[in-house]
Amino acid sequence: MFYRENGQFKSSYRADLALFPVAQDRWAMLALAVVCFVIVPLTVSDYTFRAVLVPFLILSLAAIGLNILVGYCGQISLGTGAFMAVGAYAAYNLQVRFDGMPLLVSILGGGVCATVVGVLFGIPSLRIRGLYLAVATLAAQFFIDWFTNRVKWVTHDSPSGSVGVRTLQLLGCELNTPVQKYLLCLGFVLVFGLLAKNLVRGAIGREWMAMRDMDVAAAVIGIRPVYAKLTAFAVSSFIVGVAGALWGFVHLGAWEPAAFGIDKSFQLLFMVIIGGLGSIVGSFFGAAFIVLLPLLLNYVPHWLGLSISTATASHTEHMIFGALIVFFLIVEPHGLARLWSTARQKLRLWPFPH
Amino acid sequence: MRIRKQLAAAALAVASIAVGAPAALAQANEQFIPLLVYRTGQFAPLGIPWADGKQDYLKLVNARDGGVNGVKLVFEECETSYDAAKGVECYERLKGKGTGASGFDTQSTGITFAVTDKAFVDKVSVETAGYGLSQSADGTVFEWNFPLLGTYWTAADVIMQDIAKKEKGDLKGKKIALVYHDSPYGKEPIALLQKRAAAQGFELLLLPVTPPGVEQKSTWLQIRQQKPDYVLFWSAGVMTPAGIREAQATGFPREKIYAIWWAGSDHDVKDIGAGAKGYNAITLHNSAAKDKVHDELKKFVYDKGQGTGAADEIGAIAHTRGMMIAMLQVEAIRAAQEKYGKGKALTSEQVRWGFENLNLTADRLKALGFGEIMRPVKTSCSNHMGDDWARIVQWDGSKWETKSDWYQSDKSYIAPLVKEFAEKYAKDKNLKTRSCS
Repeated sequence: MFYRENGQFKSSYRADLALFPVAQDRWAMLALAVVCFVIVPLTVSDYTFRAVLVPFLILSLAAIGLNILVGYCGQISLGTGAFMAVGAYAAYNLQVRFDGMPLLVSILGGGVCATVVGVLFGIPSLRIRGLYLAVATLAAQFFIDWFTNRVKWVTHDSPSGSVGVRTLQLLGCELNTPVQKYLLCLGFVLVFGLLAKNLVRGAIGREWMAMRDMDVAAAVIGIRPVYAKLTAFAVSSFIVGVAGALWGFVHLGAWEPAAFGIDKSFQLLFMVIIGGLGSIVGSFFGAAFIVLLPLLLNYVPHWLGLSISTATASHTEHMIFGALIVFFLIVEPHGLARLWSTARQKLRLWPFPH
Repeated sequence: MRIRKQLAAAALAVASIAVGAPAALAQANEQFIPLLVYRTGQFAPLGIPWADGKQDYLKLVNARDGGVNGVKLVFEECETSYDAAKGVECYERLKGKGTGASGFDTQSTGITFAVTDKAFVDKVSVETAGYGLSQSADGTVFEWNFPLLGTYWTAADVIMQDIAKKEKGDLKGKKIALVYHDSPYGKEPIALLQKRAAAQGFELLLLPVTPPGVEQKSTWLQIRQQKPDYVLFWSAGVMTPAGIREAQATGFPREKIYAIWWAGSDHDVKDIGAGAKGYNAITLHNSAAKDKVHDELKKFVYDKGQGTGAADEIGAIAHTRGMMIAMLQVEAIRAAQEKYGKGKALTSEQVRWGFENLNLTADRLKALGFGEIMRPVKTSCSNHMGDDWARIVQWDGSKWETKSDWYQSDKSYIAPLVKEFAEKYAKDKNLKTRSCS
């Protein structure tokens, strides 16, 4: 009923290929954009911006990047943390070594460097697949961990190996308030989200998916594996690199190599698996699940007025979180995105199911 | 797929958090103290007594004196697991509570780095007694940071002084190894040690241990091959007992190991017992001592069943250190009240003034019950560290024995380094420095 499509005719190819073919979806998206760009900045507290929304947006972006590689192209990667690190450190170096480097250029430059590294570590994917590739990308993680920890110029000779960024400046004005930082991240997520969505709908996205479903068959029908796999690595690590730069610049402000450790890689992989492999919206669901749920669980004892010790609370939080992951994977192995599309399908028929 | 769903989900979750977040309910005569702690994870052995010490002291002040000039101290713990991102979340959550957070003791070098930048903007002080950025002792650049009582540079300097004393002042041709946790925490002393090595002619071996440091076989094998005369041990949490066990296994004399204060508490050596006999550690001022404050803590808090940890923890070095850190914070609040009004709850910015104008004389420390534990400390606009003092203690198999007299770091090594690195920090970050004259 909510999705009554009667009377919505597609009279051109353009309309048929639209991102949101159903009018209700278009209106909902518009409303969502208004909420995100206007209502949220006016109403939400600083804490929510800095501790909830900004990390959620940045990790969603990283999850979109990883989803292109794992979900669309079928190349399992455990090196996401490393590609984020490359993005962050490259952006830092661009900023600190060149005076007056614009913020956008350094962040995108971080993405470009991550692309190069990503393609380099993507080369083994031409010969190995599946779990073996996952192990090979693990090499990227360990190498970059070592590299950022040991090579001094990466951290601009910082004696302790940790780096910090300057006050962020965009087009001459300083980004100090949480709202500005949120809007910056939102802008990046919007642009890259649309870009990714359109890429996976296009020719190249179909090549990736063909490669994922069966690479021999894809090669037989004329898809070049080298091109398809390496472009997936390139696009994925570019987005992940930009997310890494944002994580360092906007969220942390100063960081040590541990911020992009293997934990981050696993966290992101869980995000795309729980959110839904091969789904852009699933990346957001996954990020929300991993970022917001622990916070919510953390607040539960406060709301209930329980005074349990910090350690007990933290352990319980981990246990419940783990149990929920298992629960969701059993209930819907295809991720939260599938749950959503099932719900949507039901909404189309409601209240008159056949 | 529809991006809008994601956004709806996000908005929903956000709304629930925003609505549900407990509002700052503190009344006007309550001073809020945020407690960032880690009671889980690889550093938990160190974090637990530290967190207990901090909380115990605040409870003591409330129970014994009814707060600071009648202003009750309220506090809330937030678990960071030593993770920078979680630490930032905790910081954001607690910074605005009550009349404003009265300074963050982050308990972690990584979290300190991450919140230092934010503290400049939010105007909240960061209190890092015995850790953090060594150059933040320079108050002209680091307006909001207070590495009170000592930094990793002063610690390394004092350890080298003690070694030099054992070697009758001549370190030429000696080999000193630094076995360190491979993180900013472990790397901090390197700059100072390199400087001393160049000046005194000893050879410095740098041996990083990958966190969490439960696997150190190769490191100690290297030590067996290279035979350093002394080992400086910059470790924390689970890495410490693992390292001592390896030293025992490779037969490196424990008397030749000097540990930083975070690796020198009872929990680090107790289980190894006699195997750790001879293991040296440096203390923050004289944190191995027992004094009136311990008796009072027992009387006012533990005997009433209000203690945070187990009663046998009282007097452990790590626990005492936690109390010292809480005491400095409380005294900063007291000092600030002198200026901004006795018996009033203060803002974060006002408490910063207190940190900067601490003046703990010997009499004052004695009255507080810290007379044996600390020497006088005085901070100023340019000196945010106050006075660093330290002693060397040694584990005799069942308890710590204080082995050395009081040491103070050699400012001819420290001061230029602080200046140089603080200037570099200001330049890298385009910071404006303030004038203290």
